[in-house]
Amino acid sequence: MADPVTTSHHAIIPPAAGNGAGSSPEDVSVVLDGAEISAKPGEFLIAAAERAGVFIPRFCYHPRMKPVGMCRMCLVEVSGPRGATLQPACYLPVAAGMEVSTTSEKVRKAQDGVLELLLVNHPLDCPVCDKGGECPLQDQTLSYGPGESRFIEEKRHWAKPVPISELVLLDRERCIQCGRCVRFAAEVAGEAEIDFAGRGDRLEVAIFETQPFSSYFSGNTVQICPVGALTASTYRFGARPWDLDQVESTCTTCALGCRVAVQSSSNRVTRLLGIDSDPVNQGWLCDKGRFTCDAVNSEDRLTEPLVRREGNGGELERVTWAEALELVARRLGAARNDDGPGSIGVVGGARLSNEDAYAWAKLAKGVLGTDNVDAQIGDGLPAEVVLGLPRATIDEACSAKCVLVLAGDLREELPVLYLRLRSAVVDGGAKLVEIAAGPGSMASWSTSSIPCRPGESPELVSLLAAASGAAGSGAAASAGTLPGGFGPPAGVEHAPWEAALGALSSSGDGGSGMVVVLGRPSLAESESVTVEAARAIRAAWPAARFLPALRRGNVMGALDMGLAPGILPGRVSLEHGRRIFESAWGSLPAGRGLDTAGILSAAAAGELSALVLIGADPLGDFPDRSLAETGLQGARFVVAVDTFLSPSAALADVVLPAAAHHERSGTTTNIEGRVTRVGQKLVAPGQCWPDWMIASELATRLGGDLGAGSAADLWDEIEQLAPSHSGLTRAFFDSPAFRDGEVLPIEQTAVAIGRRKAPAPIDPIALPGVESVERQGAPPRAGMAEPLGGSELAEQGALRERTPLLAWDADAGDPPHVPALDSYSLRLVTRRRLYDSGVHLDACPQLAGLIGTAVLRVHPTELDHLGLAAGDRVRVRSARGSVVLEAATDPRMQRHLAEIDANLLNADAEGASLLVDAGQVVTDIRLETL
Amino acid sequence: MAITEAPRIVTSRLSHSDSHTLERYLATGGYEGLRKALSMTPEQVAAEVDAASLLGRGGAGFPAGRKWAMLRKAPVTYLVVNGDESEPATFKDHLLLERDPHQLVEGVVIAAYALGVTQAFIYVRGELALGMERVQAALNDAYEHGAVGPDIFGSGFGVDVVVHPGAGAYICGEETALIESLEGKRGFPRIKPPYFPAAIGLYGEPTVVNNVETLSNLPWIVLNGGAAFSALGEGRSAGTRLFALAGKVRNPGVYEIEMVKTTFRDLIYAPVLGGGVLAGRDLKAIIPGGVSAPWFGPEHLDLPLGQDEVGAAGSMLGSGSVVVMDDQTCALRAAWRITKFFWRESCGQCTPCREGSGWLEKILRRLEQGAGREEDVDLLLDVCDNIAPGITWPPQQTTICVLGPSIPSSIASAIRMFRDEILLHVKEGACPYG
Amino acid sequence: MAHLSPDNLERARALVALYPHPRSALVPLCHVAQEQDGWLTPEAISDIAELVGTTPADVLGTASFYDMLHTEPVGTYVVSICTNIACMLRGADDLLRHAEEHLGIHPGGTTPDGMFTLEEAECLADCGRAPCLQVNHRFFGNLTAEGFDALVADLRSGTLDSEVPHHGTLCRIRRTGGLSSGKGGPPAMAAAESVPEGGS
Ligand SMILES: Cc1cc2nc3c(=O)[nH]c(=O)nc-3n(C[C@H](O)[C@H](O)[C@H](O)COP(=O)(O)O)c2cc1C
Ligand code: SF4
Ligand code: FES
Repeated sequence: MADPVTTSHHAIIPPAAGNGAGSSPEDVSVVLDGAEISAKPGEFLIAAAERAGVFIPRFCYHPRMKPVGMCRMCLVEVSGPRGATLQPACYLPVAAGMEVSTTSEKVRKAQDGVLELLLVNHPLDCPVCDKGGECPLQDQTLSYGPGESRFIEEKRHWAKPVPISELVLLDRERCIQCGRCVRFAAEVAGEAEIDFAGRGDRLEVAIFETQPFSSYFSGNTVQICPVGALTASTYRFGARPWDLDQVESTCTTCALGCRVAVQSSSNRVTRLLGIDSDPVNQGWLCDKGRFTCDAVNSEDRLTEPLVRREGNGGELERVTWAEALELVARRLGAARNDDGPGSIGVVGGARLSNEDAYAWAKLAKGVLGTDNVDAQIGDGLPAEVVLGLPRATIDEACSAKCVLVLAGDLREELPVLYLRLRSAVVDGGAKLVEIAAGPGSMASWSTSSIPCRPGESPELVSLLAAASGAAGSGAAASAGTLPGGFGPPAGVEHAPWEAALGALSSSGDGGSGMVVVLGRPSLAESESVTVEAARAIRAAWPAARFLPALRRGNVMGALDMGLAPGILPGRVSLEHGRRIFESAWGSLPAGRGLDTAGILSAAAAGELSALVLIGADPLGDFPDRSLAETGLQGARFVVAVDTFLSPSAALADVVLPAAAHHERSGTTTNIEGRVTRVGQKLVAPGQCWPDWMIASELATRLGGDLGAGSAADLWDEIEQLAPSHSGLTRAFFDSPAFRDGEVLPIEQTAVAIGRRKAPAPIDPIALPGVESVERQGAPPRAGMAEPLGGSELAEQGALRERTPLLAWDADAGDPPHVPALDSYSLRLVTRRRLYDSGVHLDACPQLAGLIGTAVLRVHPTELDHLGLAAGDRVRVRSARGSVVLEAATDPRMQRHLAEIDANLLNADAEGASLLVDAGQVVTDIRLETL
Repeated sequence: MAITEAPRIVTSRLSHSDSHTLERYLATGGYEGLRKALSMTPEQVAAEVDAASLLGRGGAGFPAGRKWAMLRKAPVTYLVVNGDESEPATFKDHLLLERDPHQLVEGVVIAAYALGVTQAFIYVRGELALGMERVQAALNDAYEHGAVGPDIFGSGFGVDVVVHPGAGAYICGEETALIESLEGKRGFPRIKPPYFPAAIGLYGEPTVVNNVETLSNLPWIVLNGGAAFSALGEGRSAGTRLFALAGKVRNPGVYEIEMVKTTFRDLIYAPVLGGGVLAGRDLKAIIPGGVSAPWFGPEHLDLPLGQDEVGAAGSMLGSGSVVVMDDQTCALRAAWRITKFFWRESCGQCTPCREGSGWLEKILRRLEQGAGREEDVDLLLDVCDNIAPGITWPPQQTTICVLGPSIPSSIASAIRMFRDEILLHVKEGACPYG
Repeated sequence: MAHLSPDNLERARALVALYPHPRSALVPLCHVAQEQDGWLTPEAISDIAELVGTTPADVLGTASFYDMLHTEPVGTYVVSICTNIACMLRGADDLLRHAEEHLGIHPGGTTPDGMFTLEEAECLADCGRAPCLQVNHRFFGNLTAEGFDALVADLRSGTLDSEVPHHGTLCRIRRTGGLSSGKGGPPAMAAAESVPEGGS
């Protein structure tokens, strides 16, 4: 549980106001440089002044962290009872009647003085410093500083630069002790892996000697460092800021959709910087998102179409696009015409933009006529559940009375969501209950962390509901067996149980104040268990809203666009959307098709004539490796559309090179259902094509017509047809108000959208390096048609056929049967790690070293039985297969449980997926000595 | 050794070599004040302290009664005793901790009773190992004796007292840094507002911080009444006070002296007190009230030892130390050594203090060693001005705490009083005192 | 090197229990670790981090703020000579210079035999007996060069062993009364059999 005292070294009064748009009657008025301004009472002067257009220089202040008042750069003259005194604007609460000067002689002298003092020990090596050109110290020295220094003594010296992790280097001579980095680590990330050491002017940023700064969030410290003290190994000496060109975009490394500035030089991405998007990432990024951008520059990218020729030893050979497309169209057409549309399967799509996904859905469902389409690779939840549950935004989750998390470890899967929720709990006092198999990263700060073995979450949820007196829990309680009244079930301690009940019972009428973060806690547990748990949650708290914890890039956009069985674009069912799309697309599949597991099973059974992989790698990502293998072998024709030759693509008959992220513009959709822009910064290498164009060309060759000449055309069509996307016109895309994107469906009228306020401009001192996106303008609208006007827009809205959006019918369905665990076995949990053994990390040399090795984690007692100890190798065997892993122990783990990282491999490139049978509800394993 | 006939209030039993033991303490009226306090209401005890006009002895001189009154409105959660004594040339709390720990314990319990506090911490400067041992031993005995713990002397009132060791950082004497340190963090003074730890103190709870000497006065005040205390001294400066006399004086040591009634001259020259400047030399300057205080020259010798009197003359009684410099003392060297202290002890948060202290130290060292330039004198003053704008007294500040703005005191004093001597260093390229 | 011994772990837990928040015990635990090893070994720092619920980097960073906490090994005797104003006026600079010559090391250094570490200290609050110094936080005042030499000789010969414990030992008196935990509520005397230790 969070210890309030350890989170920051200062107890401060938090600002009374948030980012403070809009005025309210309590506002106070303050005289600032002679002009009257209005401010929220208690708001920090620096923020109030900024809103009024008066910039007060600063270094240590960061709007997303508590003020510490260390640099003293923000001193202003404030008149008070004892005359005018210099006061720090960064933590001075505004009070009615205050008179402030930011330009008086005294203020100028103080600013001059602070800057001169900051520079006495600074090496002034700007010409060789990465920060040179975008350095708040450099910039503010020019604006507010002394002409020259009077310091003639020897400067302070440190060894430099020292690597403090694989990714971050530290130059202590440049450090100005603002504490932004160490405060970020302790306050925002909650992992004080770097800290100030020493005292006075020997104060230095330091790590503990045996523990590098391995936080998943380390890159943020590099970004917010106001000097060049912290630099990233991926960018060091890579470019000069003034040579960089940038575009605003969205990170699609995971499905959170952090807003970024993508910067490039000479057609290479040089770095990603976080943009402060208030509803989403608030300026932060995870290191995977920030640093894997380098993958697009990789030499290993696919750049030409490849075809496997029988004659040539089965090797993949370069061919022209025409030849490759011809072949694919012929085989797909033959499959459709000869074996029926049901003999075609399409897997993948989370890598695509919304426009790409729409084009592929139209090709698959409209032209090929198959509904065997799934953007998820057996690692998510059924699309109708994801899309059909009442959705919450991230902000709503963070301000909920109670957050219930039933998902994987969020720090590993959706890192910035982890930051947001952590801050909501630690700083905002929100209550968060986590249901998790083992000790994860949230346990240290969640209100309560309830251990739960695979297969048992539905029962546990019902028990929690009944014990906390949830309104709808009557049915659940009487249906379930409730041993020992409402006390904690076996294996759950009293304190966390009580804490959970307290939190849950405060969640409002029917759970109206509850947000459930719902994902797949383990890939060794069938999705049906989570679905059943969701059902129990719906029964107990009918008013609760959900935030899906799906993690792949644009998986939400792909589902929205219909890349899932039984779904059509715009979050409608095949059935309900039939009227709109049959007329628009010509034809539609007759009925619901197969999901990925079904497609692979069909392929394995020899029932699939063609399998299309759109950026999907079942061999690497499907939880059941044996099925993935037999499926790929069993499909008579496999085509892979990808950016890298993944293990699955390497087995394909045809490989088509696609344009990657940053190489095409369009939109993406995050877990909230928020649509934001992705920008194009690069020209795709070789002959890579955007995915929509590949789909379009194939459609033409198959006798269809996608009817789109650009991604923009596709968006227009989406906006006009997809019910949930109605109203999100390209005219709105291009308004500054769209920087944070828009959560769909849009409930506001078109007029209201027109009035929506633009987010606050980006603060170059808070996020140095992000040239104001506003100043750079919107991403290039190459190929985009003229946006529609306001009246046309309203007309479109009125004309729109109203179709019911998906709503998940929680009552239906049979509960999965969870077999009992025999006393010799352990139940398997496989959880995903942020740095996985996927192609993107492999393609980034600086990150490859961060990828771990799969180990088996158990309670020490489980090894004692076998006479083994941590560090020993052990054979793990399930009914499906076996794998040899190094054993590790964690006394905090539950007994009879085994944990293996889902997406890491051992030295033999084998992993947990060898053990999992996609057809089973849970996976039980035994340990054998070698 | 008071030069007036005033009673000794906090040093009454120090002539006994076993003054730190419970036996001696009980034999000399120990814990009687506490017994009396427990027979009164907490409000009555607080009223006596208020009537005593007991000014805080930690340096800031804020009336203890008033501090308590500000806090008594909200229930106070913690009492923290400031035993971090580290102001250079101050060694009075050191004496009280080692030689009369029970008196402090009794004072702590009385204060806790008056404030309704059930948990108190005594933060003892880490270097004072013997003092810490004596206080811990006294506490152990006091628990046994029933003077600390639950149900003290059968009154139903209880308080737990924990001795907390410091670890060597002057800044931890500043009360908000002390609280941070007690929370297990580095001693970074907290940003203000809030101006007192009153509302947001230890663990974010209302907290009273008082100095060792301040609290050591409480047993006497309760026994004899606040009026008896305020009858001593004059004006706001009531009672007696400990003065630590150090430097070039014949009898350095700690003296308990009735406030205002005694002058600097008495303290330094009276045969029963300082006994005059060492080796009969002439007095050059004195530092009243710790090294944060501006210096006085011989012309101030007849100033009474009273808080307001010294304040009006442009300095402070501060931590209760008086350093004597004789005519053989190099003022520049003294200023340099004091600045070196501040440089080494700056916590490092505020740019002006962190960087300014080091810069000033370097300039002063260079000057003292004879490598200075004439313009360095103005440079010193200008850098000082960036830490304490205007170099006024009391100082204005550009920093979080007053350590930074204390740095200019000695530098500005040396320049104001001995500019020629400093320039002589420049001219001769060496220290004229060798 | 050394993790906290079982005895010291026990002591550490009792110290943690004295405070409403575990983190408060950070500095006292550092003193316990120093009492064991003379300095803060990385292993002890990790132990402390776990005991007070933070990272080793945080413990190291916090400890390094404090002069008395050593993150590098020191000699058996740490000799801290005050050179601040009161001692300076009474010959501390000469004393320090003499000590440097006599021990053959400068402040911050340790004699090759690992016996002595020399430090230049700020005011030690014993100005009445200036110039003064501390050896392992035990005071010696009114020192002359000869007095210093005699002190060093006594330390070497072990005649001062009872007065000057080995480095890191702060308070030899353990807490024997009062609460085992400061966790609020009305104070109650700890049961006799579970007398906590304290004060480090
Ligand atoms: C830099 C600095 C150092 C201080 N050092 C001490 C100290 O060592 N002992 C002390 O009692 N007060 C010290 N103080 C004063 C305390 O902040 C606080 O005012 C005092 O402990 C309150 O107790 P009192 O009201 O009983 O004097 C210091 C203040 C500052 C700014
Ligand atoms: S003035 Fe100096 S000691 Fe005080 S908080 Fe600032 S840096 Fe620290
Ligand atoms: S002190 Fe206010 S911005 Fe640093």
